Amino acid sequence: MNEKKRMNKAKMVPVPSKAIIPERDIDKAPILECSHLGIDFGGLRAVDDFNLTIGRTEIAGLIGPNGAGKTTVFNLLTKVYQPTRGTILLDGMDTAGKTTAQINHMGIARTFQNIRLFSNMTVMENILVGLHKEMTYNALTGILRLPAFFRSERIARERAMELLSIFGMEDTADAVAGSLPYGAQRRLEILRALATNPSLLLLDEPAAGMNPSETAELMENIVKIRDTFNIAVLLIEHDMNLVMGICEGIVVLNFGQVIAKGTAEEIQSNPTVIEAYLGKQQ
Amino acid sequence: MKTKKLTLNKNTRMNFVTYGVVIVAYVILQTMVTTGSISSSLKGMLVPICAYVVMAVSLNLTVGVLGELSLGHAGFMSVGAFTGVTAALALQGVVASGPLRLLIGMAVGAVFAAIAGVLIGIPVLRLKGDYLAIVTLAFGEIIKSLINNLYVGVDGSGLHFSILTNKMAMDEIGRIIINGPMGITTIEKLSTFTAGFLLVMVTLIIVFNLVNSRSGRAFMAIRDNRIAAESVGLNVVKYRLMAFVTSAALAGAAGTLFAMNYSTIIANKFDFNTSILILVFVVLGGLGNMLGSIIAAAALTILPEMLRSLQDYRMLIYAIILILVMLVTNNAQLKSLFSRIIPHKKEAADNE
Repeated sequence: MNEKKRMNKAKMVPVPSKAIIPERDIDKAPILECSHLGIDFGGLRAVDDFNLTIGRTEIAGLIGPNGAGKTTVFNLLTKVYQPTRGTILLDGMDTAGKTTAQINHMGIARTFQNIRLFSNMTVMENILVGLHKEMTYNALTGILRLPAFFRSERIARERAMELLSIFGMEDTADAVAGSLPYGAQRRLEILRALATNPSLLLLDEPAAGMNPSETAELMENIVKIRDTFNIAVLLIEHDMNLVMGICEGIVVLNFGQVIAKGTAEEIQSNPTVIEAYLGKQQ
Repeated sequence: MKTKKLTLNKNTRMNFVTYGVVIVAYVILQTMVTTGSISSSLKGMLVPICAYVVMAVSLNLTVGVLGELSLGHAGFMSVGAFTGVTAALALQGVVASGPLRLLIGMAVGAVFAAIAGVLIGIPVLRLKGDYLAIVTLAFGEIIKSLINNLYVGVDGSGLHFSILTNKMAMDEIGRIIINGPMGITTIEKLSTFTAGFLLVMVTLIIVFNLVNSRSGRAFMAIRDNRIAAESVGLNVVKYRLMAFVTSAALAGAAGTLFAMNYSTIIANKFDFNTSILILVFVVLGGLGNMLGSIIAAAALTILPEMLRSLQDYRMLIYAIILILVMLVTNNAQLKSLFSRIIPHKKEAADNE
């Protein structure tokens, strides 16, 4: 019973929300606040003095040349690396000393630059792993096949189908994840992250390897996900059409340091950013 | 909604085929035993086959489902064998029913093997890949040496333990159960083919139901991609330990079953070669494929006996057959040939 209640509370039918989302709600109650975040690898300062605030329903972009430290920032936020300096507040709570799994329970879900699916498992099973913590029966209940097992599995499968319907992937539910085309794998990874019911979604180069029409569709979908689930999105991307098109706030990183922050227009005309990408004008 | 049902059916169908094969094999062999149309050498192998099947299926949980190479599975079998038999022998005067003593023995064996699994699992599961394999190998050897130097006796006041030499001071009705390197020499043969069959069925139910639940999906997720598994909130240490300990407990029960089939058992029986033999069953049967493990365990236990007439060439032929089977079952052309002959196998071949 308790289980069912939990499921209903978190029920996520993908219908576009009518609520008007404030363009920049950073200052009210940010979901994420990093201050003076930094990590050293030996003598190398991979990221230094990184400050970032993301609003509750903001789509934010993290850009920068190759090797700037963007993915390292994601790894710091999800505690794949423990930061050397600085603090990360998620929904006002300090994440110091937490593990990657605990961070996910606190509300950060992510995708990876090089896709990391459970490639020998089916699409459905991948989503079900994402829904793992929503299912509360223990291993013994599973072994003994008690009624709680069937109830929980049925609810989870229905919800997985709902999630798959966001990208129209219901037909591929039984396919082995590793056999999916590249674009579908990227979409599945996003869905798996969404299944964990996050309040902040980190997307690491979601448009990598996609053609312009797929990218356009992805842009729509990212906005749709934000509107449907009412969550914040932070994305790393090299496709400037995508970043400038949907990101409300953009942070530019170079050599592990923030060189610019602002809206798309501000970033596009910022001389430091242009220099970082194109080099100094002679 | 239609596709959802299909997934369930596909998984359960394969599981029911496995249950069916085991039940049919049991019925046929049991009929042969009662009618006396079975050779005495094969009859003597029925219980060891059951024990090896349980060993193979349980190791497949670690190697095939969890994706960790364990080279010390015989160690858990050994722990289960010696603790289980000790319990069964100590209860000789207390519990009258033989099958019940066997059941208690297997339960005790499983519990102690599980404890050994936790103790070894906590440090070992922090390691990955080769390092894990090396430590489990060492564990198997340590258990062997430990039991070779262990003396256990029972008398009116309860159990007595001694290590290295027999220093046990027991009263006149006391008897030695484990006698160091001599092992246990006073086992009463309680294991029966039916008991073995039941243990195989229980093992299959536990493993299949565990694998097809949220815990099993967690095992496979960790196997496929540990970093991604952590990123979706899985407690990797917990689930690795759960799979490892379940596997160890089942091996412990199998150890008791195996030991209670003989009148004497020594620790050297459960050495590195036994661990490797079980690993061969798993690899030959296919990682994650429980039916394969069962068939491989049965076939490779019977094969050396059937080749006995070849005398000195026995192990040579055995090795050649093993290599040939591995080559043949991994050959893409032969696989497609099989799939054309047996239509329902096509699906499986396409997935690989």
